[in-house]
Amino acid sequence: MLQLVRRTAVFAAGLVVASVVVFAFMSVLPGDPARVALGVNATEEAVAATRAAFGTDRPLVVQYLDWVSGLPVGDFGRSYVTDVDIGPQIVDRLLVTTWLVFSGMAVALVVALPLGVLAAVHHRRAGGTAITAFSQIGVAVPSFLAGILLVTVFAVQLGWLPSGGWTPPAQDPVDFLRKLLLPALALGLVQGAVLTRYVRSAVLDVLREDYLRTARSKGLTPGRALVRHGLRNAAIPVVTVLGLQLATLLVGAVVVERVFVIPGLGSLLLDGVANRDLLLVQGVVIVLVLAVLVVNFLVDVAYTVLDPRLRRAA
Amino acid sequence: MHAKLRPGILLLAGALLAAGCSAGSTASPGTAPGSPDAPLRIGLTAEPANLDFTRTDGAAIPEALLVNVYEGLVELNQQTGEIEPALAESWTVSPDGLVYDFTLREGVTFSNGEAFTADDVKFSIERVKSDAWTVSLKSGMDAVAGVEVVSPTHARVTLSRPSNSWLFRMTTRIGAMFDPSGVGDLANAPVGTGPYTVSEFRRGDRLVLTRRDDYWGEAPAIRQVDLQYFRDATAAVNALLTDGIDVIGTVQAPEALAQFDGDSRFQVIEGTTNGEVTLAMNNASGPTSDVRVRRAIAMAIDHQAVLDTAWAGRGALIDTMVPPTDPWHQPLPDVTPYNPEAARALLAEAGTPNPSLRFRIANLPYAVAAAQVVQSQLAAVGIQTQIEPLEMPARWLETVFRNADYDLSIVAHVEPRDISTFGQPGYYWRYTNPEVQRLLADSETGSAEQQVDDLRQVGRLIAEDAAADWLFLLPNLIVADADVKGLPQNRIGEALDLTALSRG
Repeated sequence: MLQLVRRTAVFAAGLVVASVVVFAFMSVLPGDPARVALGVNATEEAVAATRAAFGTDRPLVVQYLDWVSGLPVGDFGRSYVTDVDIGPQIVDRLLVTTWLVFSGMAVALVVALPLGVLAAVHHRRAGGTAITAFSQIGVAVPSFLAGILLVTVFAVQLGWLPSGGWTPPAQDPVDFLRKLLLPALALGLVQGAVLTRYVRSAVLDVLREDYLRTARSKGLTPGRALVRHGLRNAAIPVVTVLGLQLATLLVGAVVVERVFVIPGLGSLLLDGVANRDLLLVQGVVIVLVLAVLVVNFLVDVAYTVLDPRLRRAA
Repeated sequence: MHAKLRPGILLLAGALLAAGCSAGSTASPGTAPGSPDAPLRIGLTAEPANLDFTRTDGAAIPEALLVNVYEGLVELNQQTGEIEPALAESWTVSPDGLVYDFTLREGVTFSNGEAFTADDVKFSIERVKSDAWTVSLKSGMDAVAGVEVVSPTHARVTLSRPSNSWLFRMTTRIGAMFDPSGVGDLANAPVGTGPYTVSEFRRGDRLVLTRRDDYWGEAPAIRQVDLQYFRDATAAVNALLTDGIDVIGTVQAPEALAQFDGDSRFQVIEGTTNGEVTLAMNNASGPTSDVRVRRAIAMAIDHQAVLDTAWAGRGALIDTMVPPTDPWHQPLPDVTPYNPEAARALLAEAGTPNPSLRFRIANLPYAVAAAQVVQSQLAAVGIQTQIEPLEMPARWLETVFRNADYDLSIVAHVEPRDISTFGQPGYYWRYTNPEVQRLLADSETGSAEQQVDDLRQVGRLIAEDAAADWLFLLPNLIVADADVKGLPQNRIGEALDLTALSRG
């Protein structure tokens, strides 16, 4: 119980600190939203009037409190630039980015779990070394480069898949999957390479444990022993890394969205910064912070599920 | 762990299956080429922040909406640069140039069903002058003293002073005609008299225009046009190559055009625009306040080399702030010809043989590429420059445009007929020349011939003063599927005119 209270407090404190930092950064960013909206040759009177309309002429503390007080009820304010409510817009874009992140994660797991286990089991043989070498190369490739390569080969050269764009799954599931595949691969292959190394070392550690030797002495094959007794233990460090990687995937998605022309949070964020749409950028960033905090929380929960010893503490 | 994995695996398997099933057919469902109702998909660069050009600046909103959704009394012919009738069938101007009588077309309706009458003309023009409009372009309406409704089809506009530029300004967004009951939510729901309406605006993705059934004029051939927005130029090229779009409306990577030249599946259109890529020089402070230094800079630059590097040689060279589609265009090759020797001599004469300049450019591809060539050419005559790319628009607007805190800058000036900015001492050129100001004022009041003559003189004066240097004129570059017809060769107005498009 105490643990839960502490965790919640950390969670809340994290959000408050993040909101202050985000707000502070946005207010010192050079460039006046009113001036950007009105364009060249704007008169000083017009700029002043627009500032008043935006509310950016008020003291920073007032602006901050006004903004932050709406957040708990999902009121992110109204965008200066687009003149629409920010909350629904973020939800729209977040759905898109969520598809990207989770399909990327799925690809990463599909790649990393078998390869990592194989690399560990065969770590003294050529196969294991080859996998390790490949994952090393994969780690060095940024996901946007992977994206450009995938588009060049599978869209432009072979013509198998669209080069980009987005179709909501409800509108046309087949088209949705066709458009999701390349970005998911771009994100997932790179993350998969990173993850492969962690799976390999986690499994290697487990292979050296006494209980595995015991299991084998009872007559289990090395493979069976690993599946029955080893994988659950190997999963603990892997889940930690997965949590951390989810944050990396979010960042990767921002870039990949640009390569594949996907209307997700990343493109919303970039447009927001360019237009000095301060409320919008603050809203997007706070949602991203929230997402990372939630992931950390879930990783904690996953620990206790995977390792019964930790349950007592919770 | 394994149970958790399954949805992911299923998803991926499904994706592979779907991809495999439809491999080879690159067309998206519902867009079978040749079908008359298939949307024509046009790739553009800058997405509108919203759909309200009365309160939000930027070229993207009028590009999509003017002519297509909103119409004015008059419009600009993109080929000839002449002003032509639109919602006004005809008009007369009083001999003193103060009273404009417009005869309006009958049977015109807005997309909300309301009839278009002289009352709407009065409403729209007066609205520009009110607080409802905030963008600075509204100053184009300053010359108007009042609007009178003579009859439902006769509107009379009275100017407070003669203005040769006013009717031209009426071809831009400030001339758009609105319905009083249709201005409630301009940012999301525009209401105009044009042949298209906005049927969907998926932010971050596309703007969908659908043909109106009750349009007063000749209906466009294309039922639906999707304007799709690509921040990344390469992504747009890839989309065209893979049949994700049918047209790239504004090519932002001219070096990529080579792969389309001579490919029979595609056509490349090259025309002209209003976009003068200008090397601005601070006329009021620093070394560039000396006319000899400015002339030296203009003569140190090999403009063809700049064009070749910055925009793959596509575009035109201009010698002053006038594109070839303006009536007062003139070549002035002898004013500051490329001559590094003469440039060095001028610098020595000015007593600053090795000036050091702050080169604060817009962080846009053409500006960054051009700045590097300019930098090395200036270095060859002894001028040192520190290039500093400033984020466009926010930081560039603040630092260079508003505070004139720069020595050299590069940005494209896409506003039409912007030679008049050299008559505004507060503009970021910080250029003050009473003769230029007098000629610009005269050009507003005299005859059409007088206007051409006055503005030619202004063009020559600012070139002689090297009030700025003109690196090149941005071309209008379009790549499209070979069967798309009616694409505009030139882009000299604010609109991307979609009304003449057809396929087949």
